[in-house]
Amino acid sequence: MHTPTEQERETEFQARIDRGEMIEPKDWMPERYRKQLIRMMSQHAHSEVVGMLPEGNWITRAPSLRRKAVLLAKVQDEGGHGLYIYCGTETLDVSREQMIDDLLSGKAKYSSIFNYPTQTWADIGAIGWLVDGAAIVNQTALAKCSYGPYSRAMVRICKEENFHHKQGYEILATLMKGTPEQRAMAQDSMNRWWWPSLMMFGPSDKDSPNSGELMRWKVKRHSNDDLRQRFIDRTVPQAENIGLKVPDADLKFNPETKHYNHGEIDWAEFYNVIKGNGICNRERLKARREAHQQGAWVREAAEAFAAKHKENMIAA
Amino acid sequence: MIKYIVTRISTKHREQVLNKPVSESVQDRFTQSTSKFHFMNSATNNSLVKYCLRIADSSLVLGQRLGEWCGHGPILEEDIALTNISLDLIGQARAFYTYAAQLENKGKTEDDFAFFRDEREYYNLLLTEQPNGDFGQTILRQFLISTYSYYFYSALKTSNDSTLSSLAEKSLKEVTYHLRHSSEWLIRLGDGTAESHQRVENAIDELWRFTGDMFDMDEVDELLIKEGIAINLASLKEPWEKKVKEVFLKATLKFPENQFMIQGSRNGKHTEHLGHLLTEMQALPRTFPGAEW
Repeated sequence: MHTPTEQERETEFQARIDRGEMIEPKDWMPERYRKQLIRMMSQHAHSEVVGMLPEGNWITRAPSLRRKAVLLAKVQDEGGHGLYIYCGTETLDVSREQMIDDLLSGKAKYSSIFNYPTQTWADIGAIGWLVDGAAIVNQTALAKCSYGPYSRAMVRICKEENFHHKQGYEILATLMKGTPEQRAMAQDSMNRWWWPSLMMFGPSDKDSPNSGELMRWKVKRHSNDDLRQRFIDRTVPQAENIGLKVPDADLKFNPETKHYNHGEIDWAEFYNVIKGNGICNRERLKARREAHQQGAWVREAAEAFAAKHKENMIAA
Repeated sequence: MIKYIVTRISTKHREQVLNKPVSESVQDRFTQSTSKFHFMNSATNNSLVKYCLRIADSSLVLGQRLGEWCGHGPILEEDIALTNISLDLIGQARAFYTYAAQLENKGKTEDDFAFFRDEREYYNLLLTEQPNGDFGQTILRQFLISTYSYYFYSALKTSNDSTLSSLAEKSLKEVTYHLRHSSEWLIRLGDGTAESHQRVENAIDELWRFTGDMFDMDEVDELLIKEGIAINLASLKEPWEKKVKEVFLKATLKFPENQFMIQGSRNGKHTEHLGHLLTEMQALPRTFPGAEW
């Protein structure tokens, strides 16, 4: 029997992708495909978990009990997403412990947006509306990606993110209907979060090193710039609807293309935050490291207890 | 089947109470010919307002404490579990505040009670305001309170006041889970490693002195007990101790005997921790009075 060569396997793999088939955990896949997915999925899971910190920052200070309850439920969802995607990533033969070690050592990344601080209550609205709004555009595209577990996770996660998006928008809409101080608070938040949200789609396609390969494998279905444009087109009217100004002097609707033209993104800021120089980079990793270190005795106790009572459990 | 119907009715009743505008709902209470509250006098009414505030304050303060864990749990699953319990408790607080507002009938909302009362006007149990400490201390605090709440709501289900009884029924479902969760963890930590055992022992040493406060009663309780509305907290002590002993035994922990108890929550006396918790929680509404959020 002919054993397929690496080259033949790759050709067949690409043919499956081109036919629109889904790749499942037990299927053969090029090592590079596996590595890329681990990189993307773990980065996504880490983002969900690190993202709990800026929002968690306002749980104890939410301005009404209803807002407190909604925020608690929302942040809990994000934790659930993290858990779900970690499990999805484990199907690619990498353990959650390994992924967390990589995050804490700085080897693995998370979305840079969470290195910005939540300074006011309006920022909780901005995260839901802009940050989750941008994530939805990304994730709706990922829901059609070629790796089965990731694609299915995205379908489910998008449903919850849509709810988060609405609650964030509702927070800002309420502020915009409020006192002059509340309106100023909302606009200030818009001014601080708009550009970093646009940066969430990553560098322009010409500067995105992984894009070609990921597109060929249908892990990525659209370019960074296309997705960014989609986000701008749907978000600008929402901002106008509640009286928020988009902080971009060059923003203008182009009737020919039916898209908004926008100003230059400050990519120097983007790379600076990625390098670790954002306002909260250090605090975010420190918080995760401390949680992990301070939780070590709890995990050890749980393991010791389970080992001690293994026999009883089997007997029962 | 009968139980199912009862649950359905009480859930419906609760929703009616919570969703109706305050004035309409209050009016209902006094026009229902079957309601004994047709005759509720102002002393009873005032006591019942305070009774509801005590329950709500304890739920809110403990929920607020658990919310502090968000993003800092020892494992992701526990991060989610602690905020989930927090969410249940905030929900319970909102329901009891809403009922207090209806009874008081002065146009207040749940948020007026939560954000515009000072430390001396808060009646939460002293145990609920104690800092989280390490995960062991949080779990022990949760276990001691969840055990109490379990027996409290089990008894309150039989209250003559139909709203209290239906709120108790709903809360009991949630608290039953909280009790299971905290018991399992307490046993795991007590009977885990030498370090985890020692940490929980330290937590017992720290928190036990606040457990007596849970069973303290005053004239509010006495008046409402006579009316068949409130429950006799003294009667909860025995089942509470029995359950705590049972779980401590499995967790290989020592049950403390004859310790001095610190009390005072019934009269708004607190440890210094509460003031800071409230300052943080109330900052925004107090900075912008009259604003809607």
